[in-house]
Amino acid sequence: MTRFWLNEQRGTLLALAIFAVMFTLYVSNHPAGFTPNVVQTAANKGVLLALVAIAQTFVVLTAGIDLSVGMVMILANCIASYLVVGGLITTTGGVLAVLATGVVCGAINGAIVIFGRLQPIVATIATGAVYYGIALWMRPFPGSTDAFNGDLADALTGKVFGVVPASLVFLLGVIVVIWIPFRRSILGRAVYATGSSEVAAFMSGVPILQAKMLAYVFSGLLAAVGGLFLTFFTYSGEASLSNGNTYTLYSIAAVVLGGVSLFGGRGSAVGAIFGALAFRAIGDLLFVFDFDPLWQPLFQGIVLLVSVSLGSARLFSVRNRLDFFS
Amino acid sequence: MAATFARWKSRVDMPVATAFGCIIVLLLIGSIYSTNFLSPAYLLQQLKVGAFLGIIATGMMMVILMGQIDLSVPWAVTMGAMMASAATAYGPAGQVLAVPFGIFVGVLMGLVNGVGVAYLRIPSMIVTLAVNAVAQGLMVAYTGGFSPQDTASPAMKYLAAGNLIFGLPNAVLVWIVVGVLAVILLNRTTFGRAVYGIGNRESAAYLSGIPTQRVIMLGFALCGGLAAFAGVLLAGYAGKAAQSMGDAYLLPAIAAVVLGGTSILGGRGSYIGTIAGVILITLLQSILSVMQMAEFGRQIIYGMVIIAMLLLYGREKRTT
Repeated sequence: MTRFWLNEQRGTLLALAIFAVMFTLYVSNHPAGFTPNVVQTAANKGVLLALVAIAQTFVVLTAGIDLSVGMVMILANCIASYLVVGGLITTTGGVLAVLATGVVCGAINGAIVIFGRLQPIVATIATGAVYYGIALWMRPFPGSTDAFNGDLADALTGKVFGVVPASLVFLLGVIVVIWIPFRRSILGRAVYATGSSEVAAFMSGVPILQAKMLAYVFSGLLAAVGGLFLTFFTYSGEASLSNGNTYTLYSIAAVVLGGVSLFGGRGSAVGAIFGALAFRAIGDLLFVFDFDPLWQPLFQGIVLLVSVSLGSARLFSVRNRLDFFS
Repeated sequence: MAATFARWKSRVDMPVATAFGCIIVLLLIGSIYSTNFLSPAYLLQQLKVGAFLGIIATGMMMVILMGQIDLSVPWAVTMGAMMASAATAYGPAGQVLAVPFGIFVGVLMGLVNGVGVAYLRIPSMIVTLAVNAVAQGLMVAYTGGFSPQDTASPAMKYLAAGNLIFGLPNAVLVWIVVGVLAVILLNRTTFGRAVYGIGNRESAAYLSGIPTQRVIMLGFALCGGLAAFAGVLLAGYAGKAAQSMGDAYLLPAIAAVVLGGTSILGGRGSYIGTIAGVILITLLQSILSVMQMAEFGRQIIYGMVIIAMLLLYGREKRTT
């Protein structure tokens, strides 16, 4: 039994190991050392990417891909910069509106892929352009609202009891409230079944359409949560095309690093989280080692290339020569 | 009557016919906004602008036909442009070698993609994204993060902006040559047959004796080379290379190929469709700028039009 469990969790454990090594390197070379402040900064950046990576995980599990996660996040960021304002009631309303936007974006993606029968990669590129356009319409220039609820932002990006980063607690909450119930539900299983083999799942009477729809809706929802978090850091909204594209790209890298198979049906959000944290830790290493900033993009690119290649190369897992080609 | 229609329908490629139909509709819409939209000078100008996209889409089509995708186009374009301009700075010999050197760099980049996809079996989306990031890093380190000062060589300027035959821009001429070569390659060579075969089912192609790994690798090299070549031409057109000049070409290239009726899953598609897709995208962008639409409106309409057109004829067959 342990053998099977280990085999299933291999990706997650590998990502955890990479993260542990990288983070230890980072902290031990950081001038300030292992202090709550250093951990808080690292956690906040990591959690942001982790949220988008979870969003990507849902769709990748169905053997699809969502190239609009970054844009949904940017759109949520722009909406949140207007609506998360004032006291308790208005703030709650604003947060709900942002989350609803994410759900709607995800549902549109899902509807186009499922009922329109378009390939996810093309469909989400196109819807991503639309979402980005709406974000740009709301925020032609980066900006913020005076009434922005900074207390909530500080609470969620600060520290609990002065030690534990609040963002990590929030991430744990997402796992407990969304991921675990999802994984244990019938539709959650259906998502995995659909990703492994859509035809077999259909033949077995698995509710494929509902499963796929749920995956896209959750993807939109989590991307919106990511956008909300981005607003909590920056206190402002910005329709940045490069930010959107970067987060989409990094979400795919994090998912692959975290052992989620792009062919569907394998992996978990927990793996994706460690993938995201590991990816961030690798990127942060540059700052503590005092590289020339000009060489940073190259270094990051090479690290990205090597890590995702090792994570996803099928060369090392083929059983026979014909398996190689299918 | 019905029988004639059925026969006609089976002979004409529906997606391609629809794409050309959409082009006519776009031209009509455009002519409402501006009367000289239908003038030969304007249409030739559109073809000239579309030629760069057309060359990139040619390479992208090869890759998509094999059921893969190349997301490293943006920095293949930029790298081709920068390297060709850089070569120009090295005296007369550099000026002569500028164009081949730019293409060579793109081919190298494509080969890295191809080895990753064909031999290491990394999903093409992953490896091309990562190679794109590495190429960006290389160019940032090389240029120092600014647009380089090197200018394009006379040959590059002539290829992109000159007129060999009266009235016909050289860029269009280059696209025609590339297009004819691509049609011959796809329809009249074993390589072309292999590309379609791999797109349909790679294991079947392998069992029929096709060296599928080599074909995939060469396909990616071709795509990288063509993207870099377009970058060389773009640098010639603008006089010099610029940071992130290729970013605007990735999505249009994929959209053009897919709107032209090539299946994103590979194995099906014709070059005439890609030509239609390129013209379609170019006209759409042109109309949106003639209407003086703000950037946000362009993005929204652009995305919606692509989805609408794909829903019109790009749907996959019902499998389950």
